[in-house]
Amino acid sequence: MKKIGAICLNTFREAVKDKVFCNLLFFAILVIGLSVLIGNLAIGEDEQVIQDISLAAMSLFGVLIAVMVGISLVYKEIDRRTIYTVITKPIRRYEFLLGKYLGLLLTLLINVGVMTIALFLVIRLQGYTFNLEILWAIVLIFFELALITAIAILFSTFASPAMSAAFTFCFYLIGHLTQDLLQAGRESQSVMFANMSRWLYYLLPNLDLFNIRGEMVRAIPVSMQYITYSIFYGVLYASALLLLAMLIFQRREFN
Amino acid sequence: MWAIETKALTKTYTQGRIFRKPIVALDHLDLQVAPGEIFGYIGHNGAGKTTTFKLILGLIQPTSGDAWILGESTKRVETRHKIGFLPEQPYFYEYLTATQFLDFYAQLFGMDRSLRKRRIAELLDIVGLSHAVSTALRHFSKGMLQRIGLAQALINDPEVIVLDEPMYGLDPVGRKEVRDLILNLKQQGKTVIFSSHILADVEMICDRVAILSQGRLQRVEKTGGLFEKSQRQYELIVRDLDEHAFSELRKLALEVRRQMEGVVLIIPDEATTEIAQAVIREHHGKLVALTPRTPSLESLFIDEVRGDGLRGDHKTQKKTGTKEKAA
Ligand SMILES: Nc1ncnc2c1ncn2[C@@H]1O[C@H](COP(=O)(O)OP(=O)(O)OP(=O)(O)O)[C@@H](O)[C@H]1O
Ligand SMILES: [Mg+2]
Repeated sequence: MKKIGAICLNTFREAVKDKVFCNLLFFAILVIGLSVLIGNLAIGEDEQVIQDISLAAMSLFGVLIAVMVGISLVYKEIDRRTIYTVITKPIRRYEFLLGKYLGLLLTLLINVGVMTIALFLVIRLQGYTFNLEILWAIVLIFFELALITAIAILFSTFASPAMSAAFTFCFYLIGHLTQDLLQAGRESQSVMFANMSRWLYYLLPNLDLFNIRGEMVRAIPVSMQYITYSIFYGVLYASALLLLAMLIFQRREFN
Repeated sequence: MWAIETKALTKTYTQGRIFRKPIVALDHLDLQVAPGEIFGYIGHNGAGKTTTFKLILGLIQPTSGDAWILGESTKRVETRHKIGFLPEQPYFYEYLTATQFLDFYAQLFGMDRSLRKRRIAELLDIVGLSHAVSTALRHFSKGMLQRIGLAQALINDPEVIVLDEPMYGLDPVGRKEVRDLILNLKQQGKTVIFSSHILADVEMICDRVAILSQGRLQRVEKTGGLFEKSQRQYELIVRDLDEHAFSELRKLALEVRRQMEGVVLIIPDEATTEIAQAVIREHHGKLVALTPRTPSLESLFIDEVRGDGLRGDHKTQKKTGTKEKAA
């Protein structure tokens, strides 16, 4: 446990000193700040617009950070051969990978936290009250990021950074389309396509589950059940991906 | 029980994605390193030294064969408590300071805070980095990085220490310090195996040396043995030889050269020298000089590497190959 903690902390330390991370975080906060200007254009609904834009920015930049930092951290260890000195110490490979993952989650947590504070400040400075319901939308954004990070880590255990990035973004896009895919399958005449779309729906991550931003901003109630189900789904899916990553990593050669 | 043992350890890489060309990097290596020994591991660029170390430490899987450290597989986490490893041309977490860096590794051994603190201070002193405790590794020189790498390898007070080119990039003083450090480890009863291209260093401190060429173990020599009488050759310089004596001496010698000062004969051992001297006396020749010649590690090395059919162009090809990999 202590060892995983050491890897986690070291990963966190590296990630926050990463230029990519800092730049993306800066831009995210910039967008949240600028949302005020756009909000002012939309007469009467500026509070909602600010929140919509900010939450979308949080999600988008979070994904960018999860992918860019996620794929590079394991790859960098291998590429710079720092892994030689770590993996030959009394630590199991899966512990190393788990430490890396947790370190990234910690980074994302801080990142989401900072963005939330930025949003809070923007809303308060505009003279509105910060709607606590919004936090649920942010919690689900975080779990979506956790899932995407697991995808990024999985790819980075065997593919180059460019490939990993491409694959992970593909997963992200498809993950937001699975609902449509299922719908298309249901409406199609072909039995084969219907079956295939159902299988893909269950196999691919359903990332739309994590999007309750619109509902929260417009005060449309979402059941606690739905939220817990989404969190549970995210944790389970991410665990499966991590397990797969560990299996691959276990057999990997470090040349 | 051996400190390090390998049996028919073999590694074949495949190069190229489409035309998969197998490269035998290590070919049935049988190696035994005794506890308490300083063991030198030498060979040309691309001979397979790093491959051997990676296999022993479990960073790569052998194609066939086996390796043990202290009689155990390095796959076992417990075994790794007793091992220290410095990879070749190591890169480190450059955003950490020397202390943070060593603390990270100490934590991987599950050492508690007070022990870590003590050990880190001790090690920084041993490797001569006490002045740079809170400098980020980003600002370290090549030699300083090599030193912090050594400290990292010793953090757990290991019994068996594997060092891949520990003198790489060090100045003469630094090299001497590393030699002293290794000798000091031996005094504490540790086993050290290291690779190096600086044969003088190897010759100076190793108990035994293994010479590797193209993935095959050529020979294992006691370094002391290189200087032993039994292995000595003798150089005789003789004048005023008649043809008969010359042809007789020729049979005894390994090498005959005619030079300004006379005929130079290389005689393989002491007993033959006696016979040669008798022949010279008999034919009224004049013995000008008799000097023992110790074959240096360098001449041995060159013999072994050449003997394996490795010629200039081939060698440079290998060299650029490894450079490309590093880039
Ligand atoms: N990942 C790899 N893929 C293909 N071939 C490899 C790989 N790693 C090493 N080799 C080859 O294996 C051989 C042995 O390499 P190795 O790195 O063990 O040599 P070395 O003795 O350490 O050389 P040097 O003195 O240059 O460090 C070389 O021919 C090298 O090209
Ligand atoms: Mg090498």
